[in-house]
Amino acid sequence: MAQIKVDGKLVEVPDHFTLMQAAEAAGSEIPRFCYHERLSVAGNCRMCLVEVKGGPPKPQASCAMGVKDLRPAPDGSPPEMFTNTPMVKKAREGVMEFLLINHPLDCPICDQAGECDLQDQAMAFGLDGSRFAENKRSVDEKNLGPLIKTRMSRCIHCTRCVRFTTEIAGVSELGLLGRGEDAQITPYIERALSSELQGNVIDLCPVGALTSKPYSASARPWELVKTESIDVMDALGSAIRLDARGSEIMRIVPLLNEDINEEWISDKTRFIWDGLKSQRLDRPYVKKGKKIVEASWDEALNAVARKVKKAGNKVGAIAGDLAGVEEMYALKNMLNSLGSGNTDCRPAMSAIDPELDRSAYIFNPTIAGIEEADAILIIGANPRLEAAMLNARIRKAWRANDLPIAMVGEKVDLTYDYDYLGDDVDTLKALATGSHKFNKILKKAKKPLVILGEAAISHSSESKKLGRDILGMALMIANNAGAFSEKSAFSEKSALSESWNGFGLLHNAAGRVGGLDIGFVPHDGGVCSADQIKLAAKGELEVLFLLGADEFDMSAMGDAFVVYIGSHGDAGAHRADVILPAAAYTEKSATFVNTEGRVQITNRAIFPPNEAKEDWAIIRALSAKVGATLDFDNLTQLRAALYQEYPHLAEVNEILAGNISAVKKKAKIAAKTKNIQFKSAIKNYYLTNPIARASKVMGQCVQAADEIKQAAE
Amino acid sequence: MLTDENRIFTNLYGQGDWGLQGAKKRGSWSGTKSLVNKGRDWITDEVKASGLRGRGGAGFPTGLKWSFMPKVSDGRPHYLLVNADESEPGTCKDREILRHDPHILIEGCLLAARAMDANLAFIYVRGEFMRERQRLEAAVEQAYEAKLIGKNNIHGWDLDIIVHHGAGAYICGEETAMMESIEGKKGQPRLKPPFPAGIGIYGNPTTVNNVESIASVPQILKRGASWFSGIGRANNTGTKLFCVSGHVNNPSTFEEEMGVPFNEMIEKHCGGIRGGWDNLLAVIPGGSSVPCVPGEKIQDAIMDFDGLQAVGSSLGTAAVIVMDNSTDIIKAIWRLSAFYKHESCGQCTPCREGTGWMMRVMERMVEGRAEKREIDMLFDVTKQIEGHTICALGDAAAWPIQGLIKNFRPVIEQRIDEYTYNSDKDGAVPSKAAE
Amino acid sequence: MSVRRLADDSVQPAKFAFNRENAAWAKKRIALYPKGRQQSAIIPLLMRAQEQTGWVSKAAIEKISDMLKMPYIRALEVATFYTQFQLQPVGTKAHIQVCGTTPCMLRGAEGLRTVCQNKIAKHAHELNDGGTLSWEEVECAGACVNAPMVTIGFDTYEDLTPERLEEIIEAFEADKGETIAPGPQNGRQYSAALSGQTNLLDIQIKTLKRKAPAKKAAPKTAQKAKAKPKTAALFATPKGKNDDLKLISGVGPVLEKKLNKLGITQFDQVAKFKKADVKMVDASLSFKGRIDRENWIKQAKALAKGGEKEYIRVFGKKPV
Repeated sequence: MAQIKVDGKLVEVPDHFTLMQAAEAAGSEIPRFCYHERLSVAGNCRMCLVEVKGGPPKPQASCAMGVKDLRPAPDGSPPEMFTNTPMVKKAREGVMEFLLINHPLDCPICDQAGECDLQDQAMAFGLDGSRFAENKRSVDEKNLGPLIKTRMSRCIHCTRCVRFTTEIAGVSELGLLGRGEDAQITPYIERALSSELQGNVIDLCPVGALTSKPYSASARPWELVKTESIDVMDALGSAIRLDARGSEIMRIVPLLNEDINEEWISDKTRFIWDGLKSQRLDRPYVKKGKKIVEASWDEALNAVARKVKKAGNKVGAIAGDLAGVEEMYALKNMLNSLGSGNTDCRPAMSAIDPELDRSAYIFNPTIAGIEEADAILIIGANPRLEAAMLNARIRKAWRANDLPIAMVGEKVDLTYDYDYLGDDVDTLKALATGSHKFNKILKKAKKPLVILGEAAISHSSESKKLGRDILGMALMIANNAGAFSEKSAFSEKSALSESWNGFGLLHNAAGRVGGLDIGFVPHDGGVCSADQIKLAAKGELEVLFLLGADEFDMSAMGDAFVVYIGSHGDAGAHRADVILPAAAYTEKSATFVNTEGRVQITNRAIFPPNEAKEDWAIIRALSAKVGATLDFDNLTQLRAALYQEYPHLAEVNEILAGNISAVKKKAKIAAKTKNIQFKSAIKNYYLTNPIARASKVMGQCVQAADEIKQAAE
Repeated sequence: MLTDENRIFTNLYGQGDWGLQGAKKRGSWSGTKSLVNKGRDWITDEVKASGLRGRGGAGFPTGLKWSFMPKVSDGRPHYLLVNADESEPGTCKDREILRHDPHILIEGCLLAARAMDANLAFIYVRGEFMRERQRLEAAVEQAYEAKLIGKNNIHGWDLDIIVHHGAGAYICGEETAMMESIEGKKGQPRLKPPFPAGIGIYGNPTTVNNVESIASVPQILKRGASWFSGIGRANNTGTKLFCVSGHVNNPSTFEEEMGVPFNEMIEKHCGGIRGGWDNLLAVIPGGSSVPCVPGEKIQDAIMDFDGLQAVGSSLGTAAVIVMDNSTDIIKAIWRLSAFYKHESCGQCTPCREGTGWMMRVMERMVEGRAEKREIDMLFDVTKQIEGHTICALGDAAAWPIQGLIKNFRPVIEQRIDEYTYNSDKDGAVPSKAAE
Repeated sequence: MSVRRLADDSVQPAKFAFNRENAAWAKKRIALYPKGRQQSAIIPLLMRAQEQTGWVSKAAIEKISDMLKMPYIRALEVATFYTQFQLQPVGTKAHIQVCGTTPCMLRGAEGLRTVCQNKIAKHAHELNDGGTLSWEEVECAGACVNAPMVTIGFDTYEDLTPERLEEIIEAFEADKGETIAPGPQNGRQYSAALSGQTNLLDIQIKTLKRKAPAKKAAPKTAQKAKAKPKTAALFATPKGKNDDLKLISGVGPVLEKKLNKLGITQFDQVAKFKKADVKMVDASLSFKGRIDRENWIKQAKALAKGGEKEYIRVFGKKPV
């Protein structure tokens, strides 16, 4: 620890602290533009200059100078820094003036206005006038694709965007070209960046040089109602803020969650919001003859009830990727009352099974835990597309620790270097039997991490055994590497005191783990989603509920009566006999459990459009019509029942750890396994769910990505 | 005045052979092994005792700088980096060493490298010195062939030399920008601390010295520290290469003792001021970055670190730019402002924005198209840059203007008055203003 | 400095490759740097590419980035940062870089710039009509003592006058650039004073006496031998009567004899002196630049053209 006096106040801070951090610890505010705690230190804006005693006689950049760089006074008293002296004031005013001389006076038409660091700091630390009598610099715009709008004349050259893209996103495509006052932030090629994280430069840009193109000139920050919520575009549950005006979501921005997304979000999370406004199911529909027509809620519910009553227990339910726990719980209970155990929330032929213990289907080491890992093996997943923020975390660990990473699966650019081991089950088997050279590296690791992609154990055209075999082998690799270390058994491995579960299943749907947690899988004689569809084709299943499920073959359901409960007119709605319009994730409070097993709840920012209702309420109303009335009348009662049955769901933001010794036992190598090639679950990152497919911006992203791909070929 | 026998750079004008044979005749590479054998501490102490101060402008004691290198290596290699990025306007002394006496520099590298436990030296030559670089490369090759340097050389201290070069960026003369440049990046200065002796090229301990400093080392060691420290005044010892340009009868580069009076130096080596001493307007005595000194103040000035500080300027690189009464002093300084604007790396705010601002105000002042209150504003702007930047380029851009305003304010005011007066007359508005 | 960007696509070549010699050189150059630090070679490689093709194209940047395994944008940053890299085509015969910084400005660099504007193109970086010449004003090129100066290719041409620069430009345009000796154009010895060295006149003897007396003899003679001008004939003596070279101001009877010995007997010969000739004569007679200083060529031109009469017309006085 080091002692330092900040504005006369003595504080003790860790040795590695910078002056800026020390000032924060002492409660002294220091303005800054280029400094960002998650990026490398540039020290170029010069806004954070402070006066020091025990160092050079000039003002010093507090973001770059460490407390240990200062010497104590000759009498041994700790070094001092000042943030409020005339020298500091003069320095700040000077820097502020320099930043403003070439900055356009276009605040009234700038999207950043109202949340602009330059504006705020000019007010707080600048002078009230300008002495600059020359012409201002004008910089031509750069094309950065459909997501980022540029007004480069506003740029203050802080290079945050360059550092973010290079360091965090891992794409070296932006640079500061030229030099002196003619230096310009420029992409190598004028087109979209090839990153799923590029939208973050909008938040990073302290001025209005890089702003959101889709949001351009559509709202002012002070007129937006801000709601903190959870993203459902992938299985991570990134923290987001929904900014709404009236009944519209105007934009989505990230919130800080160190456990998951730090302060970034992926582009799909950020720019999905225009999809919330199009292709919406906003009133019930009932099929009359071959045509589906608008109906009242009563008509629609009665139509379903008639069929259900007739079908008896020949009903089934499939939950989609974006289904919340509450609606699945309600639907499951209704089906149980009807005598059916045909519920499923997994992709077709998936080997995921809640029976195996929770630690077999969650990402045990946690996302933040990736930074502790010292070797990573990725099996059958493309984390960059399936969970962009998790991939960024792997990159962060790789940059910090230069740890060995290996991959069995598709050979793709993950923004970090890895050993490519192969793409098939045989490679996996070699690893499981310990005969692969990477086993040595895994074995040496104190905290090895095995990431298994959901797609690796869900092969719709193969048997379920294959998925189970692969899961068994992945667990075997993890076990042999020592990835399952319980507290007691850990002493021989190292001095680490905690237990380490280094097996992580990477889901790619927000609703999945929640569904598994409440047993939305076949039970009491029920069958899985694939079998339900097969039965439907044969006429042995008469009514099929699709709870936002769109990723199945809709043409294979025969003459079954399909009820679609969901928010968007996608594949499911096209097949449906009755459409019951429901709420999107921004329009309801729903529980989701992320891939780590972390319980999270979304908040309602706006109301569902027109006649659409929250999903659980639709199912509750329907249950009354079919004579299986659910015994809750509101969300509070539903949750009380839910928490009674599944107490861990009441612990929001907590993870119920799995049982290490239970999952250890599942490690096994099947004698004979079909050799197939692993494929990533995601073919097109921008179009993975009904909301994304309804978004025009996502469509533009697909186009931009295609152009990048073509240019590369 | 320095006598020839005390001169270090005896082939300054290329009268003799630049190559190994010629260099040996001039005394290079003789007794080098015994100096190397005396070891790290002896060399450093001797250079300390000689009072040699860095010849690249800042005047930091060379021996002291060497002693900052880690005493015991932590496993990282140590590097010597020779700064041959001579770009300070007015300065062209290292050029003569590079092209006419490269071996004296190479020998100096070996001795300096020994003193800092370095086995690899980089010599960063500015990109424009193409012939000079070729000459140096040829000399390095000669030295390798003669096993004077390289692995297992005859001196018993392994030293590889990489002659690296820039490509037109003054800022790369700044030591950390030079390291960035060597690493294959833009030459944008690094934040200090950490200092190069801790984290330099490729993150390894590095010491940066000017060509002239390193090239002086062999003679200092061979003749003894007391020889060097006996020349000049205390704290300002030794010999120095001066390059006198501008309005003297015979501009030239020459080696003189530190502390030579300005007028004697000009009379002896440069044939006097063009048009006589009464015609002397001002002198920039240490390269473009230092403030100019009015003619009457400089005439008797002592040309060393302290002597020039006494007249409000600095020795810098000892590049003397002489201006006679025909000079438009505002324009001369404006041209320097243009230089600094052109050479600003664009990294930090005060320099990036301030150099352009200053140059544009200066541009108007050359014409007189300004207001008198802007003189104070300009001075204030220079103060706002000075000391607020990452490297010293901001200071260097500020000082010439400060020197101008301090010494020639009436000239600027007169120019403004003339412009204002003339602009009242029909058709007398200067063309630029009319545009 | 204006914004530096890549040249328009229409002039960008599709491909770039080092020629065999340069490719071998590049390989060695990259290997020079410590392992994993190959990016260090970016400036030397870009410079070599520029030497090969005259300027740095996008294809060259990409090729070199690939060789050094660095992202294109990082290489482009380097190419745009360092102003010596020409990002658009330059004159095929010569690209003239006029130093314009204060020391050169004080000694007439603006006149040189005007020459370039008149003889090549109005604006910097603009090609002349034939695409053979271009120019730019550069910042201090480090030859301040020999101001004003220009750089063409590898060489510097120093101590220039506008007239001399015109001649040089013409020579390059006529593919005779190599006939112009680089360095000071006024006959001085590098950066020594024009009037002659002020020091180091007899250096070898004295220094060596102090440090290594044993070697005293050898260098002395070497120096002497070198310094002593040889007056062997350098020119073919033309047919016809000898002119009275003494009419050239600065040439006395002794010099006339020396010149005759070199093979110079007529005004016409002097009038046609090329830069190299001047240098040669200068060196062999240790004139220290007096040919230029005393303007022999102009004098001889007048005398050759119209004798004493023409001389009076040109110089307004009789020849001495």
